Amino acid sequence: MSIVYDERVDGVLPKVDKAALLSELQARLPDLDVLHTEEDLKPYECDGLSMYRTTPMMVVLPEHIGQVETLLKICHQRQVPVVARGAGTGLSGGALPLEQGILLVMARFNKILEIDPAGRFARVQPGVRNLAISQAAAPYELYYAPDPSSQIACSIGGNVAENAGGVHCLKYGLTVHNLLKVEILTVEGERMTLGSDALDSPGFDLLALFTGSEGMLGIVTEVTVKLLPKPQVAKVLLASFDSVEKAGRAVGDIIAAGIIPGGLEMMDNLAIRAAEDFIHAGYPVDAEAILLCELDGVEADVHADCERVRQVLEAAGATEVRLARDEAERVRFWAGRKNAFPAVGRISPDYYCMDGTIPRRELPGVLKGIADFSEEYGLRVANVFHAGDGNMHPLILFDANQPGELERAEALGGKILELCVKVGGSITGEHGVGREKINQMCSQFNSDELTLFHAVKAAFDPSGLLNPGKNIPTLHRCAEFGSMHVHHGQLPFPELERF
Amino acid sequence: MVVRHDADASKALLEQVNQALNSGTKLRIQGGNSKAFLGRKVEGEVLDTRVHCGIVSYDPTELVITARAGTPLVDLQAALDEAGQMLTCEPPHFAEDATVGGMLAAGLSGPRRPWSGAVRDLVLGTRVITGFGKHLRFGGEVMKNVAGYDVSRLMAGSLGCLGLVTEVSLKVLPKPRECVSLRFEVDVETALKNLAEWGQQPIPISAASYHDNALHLRLEGGEGSVASARERLSCELLDGDYWQQLNEHQLHFFRSETPLWRISVPNNTGVLALPGEQLIDWGGAQRWLKSDSDAQTIRRIVSEAGGHATCFTPGACDSPMPPLSAPLQRYHRQLKAQLDPQGIFNPGRMYPEV
Ligand SMILES: Cc1cc2nc3c(=O)[nH]c(=O)nc-3n(C[C@H](O)[C@H](O)[C@H](O)COP(=O)(O)OP(=O)(O)OC[C@H]3O[C@@H](n4cnc5c(N)ncnc54)[C@H](O)[C@@H]3O)c2cc1C
Repeated sequence: MSIVYDERVDGVLPKVDKAALLSELQARLPDLDVLHTEEDLKPYECDGLSMYRTTPMMVVLPEHIGQVETLLKICHQRQVPVVARGAGTGLSGGALPLEQGILLVMARFNKILEIDPAGRFARVQPGVRNLAISQAAAPYELYYAPDPSSQIACSIGGNVAENAGGVHCLKYGLTVHNLLKVEILTVEGERMTLGSDALDSPGFDLLALFTGSEGMLGIVTEVTVKLLPKPQVAKVLLASFDSVEKAGRAVGDIIAAGIIPGGLEMMDNLAIRAAEDFIHAGYPVDAEAILLCELDGVEADVHADCERVRQVLEAAGATEVRLARDEAERVRFWAGRKNAFPAVGRISPDYYCMDGTIPRRELPGVLKGIADFSEEYGLRVANVFHAGDGNMHPLILFDANQPGELERAEALGGKILELCVKVGGSITGEHGVGREKINQMCSQFNSDELTLFHAVKAAFDPSGLLNPGKNIPTLHRCAEFGSMHVHHGQLPFPELERF
Repeated sequence: MVVRHDADASKALLEQVNQALNSGTKLRIQGGNSKAFLGRKVEGEVLDTRVHCGIVSYDPTELVITARAGTPLVDLQAALDEAGQMLTCEPPHFAEDATVGGMLAAGLSGPRRPWSGAVRDLVLGTRVITGFGKHLRFGGEVMKNVAGYDVSRLMAGSLGCLGLVTEVSLKVLPKPRECVSLRFEVDVETALKNLAEWGQQPIPISAASYHDNALHLRLEGGEGSVASARERLSCELLDGDYWQQLNEHQLHFFRSETPLWRISVPNNTGVLALPGEQLIDWGGAQRWLKSDSDAQTIRRIVSEAGGHATCFTPGACDSPMPPLSAPLQRYHRQLKAQLDPQGIFNPGRMYPEV
């Protein structure tokens, strides 16, 4: 089963003459791999958000930048929309193809071009997998810090496009904090360098603007990332709690003690049990919540911090605090967390992952709100949480084969995101807006703010050919969405006419 | 002028911008005017942000502070200090009345920059009065937020050319428990070689500069790591005030009439044969140069090393900001035209066309 989206309110896409485009591509780019038959296109229907599916008009799999350059020039001239795709692990439908567009798959650009240990950087092609960078840097005792749970599969180009995070973000930052330079092809097929080999670059910070722009402003063709020295030691504490509120407060207490853990993650009982069944990480299945707190750095500091954190956790009411005895146990503790999504996938036919962020102090209230929604909609919700930086991943369990459950899951998800916005948070911390959260953007931003986003887009892609219909909703979409969701008795866009 | 320390003047600022839009008046945005030397000269009606000041919210356990643009930077830092926290980017003040908005617009960071990030890395959210005369909010007070384009970070270092920032939320961190500064008498080649080597090891370096035949190093972290690194690198101690004097350009090196250039290069760049006297900061990634040479000569040598040079002495160079590549220049123009279509905000401060 899949969700059919209302394209009408995102504006009409140009009609493309597929046969003419195909013959031009074949004539001008004879080496380019082009897929255009129904059965070849099937595998590219969706990204990691498999509920949303569209068959692309055509898929191209270039292997050198010159091909992408020519392709973009052709598409620009013919006004053909282009959707970039990395590894297709995105969870917001950002790489969802268009029936009238080309899906530009960057996965074959998988070469590590340079590792410079003295300069502490790696220069790589966009299709290189996140983990492959750290593996290539490992012989020099260096690594690339951002570590999304999907790191064995997701591409660095996709990471740049989504500003991906990971479990070590609070201390080491997001993708945007770990980039030096990105090579771009503009919508017109022109090469442009953002950032530099130095720590900054002249002019506006376009590197920051492009990071997280979901393939809407340009195509990433090369990425230079910073490498960090591997911490000497890393230790993990696992703390059990008999209530999620207590666990939530403990997070604030750790930070109030002046400690910034390398990773600080929380899971609730449903997530704990699912992960334990799957990975046998040694989690306490009776706990209402667990916290995983990783401390890394130089041995002497880590040792002292472990003691401090243990005291904080005990004072905060932890029922048990365990230090991973050895590296094998540490890896097991993390494996449980990093496999939480597939683990939940085993206890439910389908699940829907949310990505809201909130100020940490709001956690108890928001968890309570989620529990109430869960009851109201009759669907279970498992909570996995980047607790250190306030990024929640409620997983809504449902069965798409039961009539109405998918729609209920979607509606429940929307409620959770709106709650996040209400307490001062955001609808997405790392997975992006994509196609999925396009309606919730109307809750987070008013029409003037959305208009400014459209102005930014217009500066780089005035004809809207790059990934149309994603990330920033049209004001018409918000008017339609708003007419269904009335806030405080007032429509969010009173100035727009209703249809 | 009397500065009040907690005042919401956003309505007045919005009105001034709207009047400027209606009458086609150019605005020169100004805080404490402590960074007036940076960029090109702007003609226009002064918009003084200092009327809009005060800390809007600060909850140390959330690691976020939100302040109005006209808040004196010293006030913001005093509040953080009281809670044992800091702005890791160590922004230079250059004058007592430097403001938070000016810090953001100038985007300058201090000695800790290579290890802890720049001003832009701390930005979580902003409120901005736009070239359409609207007061808008981007980002917020949460650590992670990828909804929409990152307009807030774009404002950092934009020299006020894209809009008037009225409020900013910044990520803050606890101060390190231990801090020690060291001084080694070595030649510059050895100093750079050592820095490249140490950079690949988990040594808690948080600042590194070279001048007057000596490498200056700051170690920050827990008691254990700082003590063991200090033992390993045994050498003479340095007064910790040194770093502030470096950051604020109060060292002897900076007391000079000769034009001053800021040079940003890849961190493993060797000794640069530039005409003039140099001071190396940021572990090698930033060099200060005192030189009477022309901009072209300096920029040619620097760009061959993969870097860029900004002139810090007003009037010493027609184009103080480093030149942009042709496509970048075009997109800068287009971005300015989209966000500030009437060109009222600091026109020409960064480049003639923006
Ligand atoms: C099990 C699982 C766990 C996950 N955990 C995390 C996590 O911990 N943290 C996190 O941040 N994310 C996580 N994700 C989401 C996802 O892995 C990230 O968003 C990742 O960055 C996507 O990379 P990708 O290569 O798969 O991109 P895709 O899904 O192929 O594309 C994502 C977006 O990037 C654009 N894009 C891709 N390549 C380019 C390019 N070269 N140029 C321009 N635009 C491009 C696409 O158009 C699309 O908008 C998880 C996903 C799964 C399935």
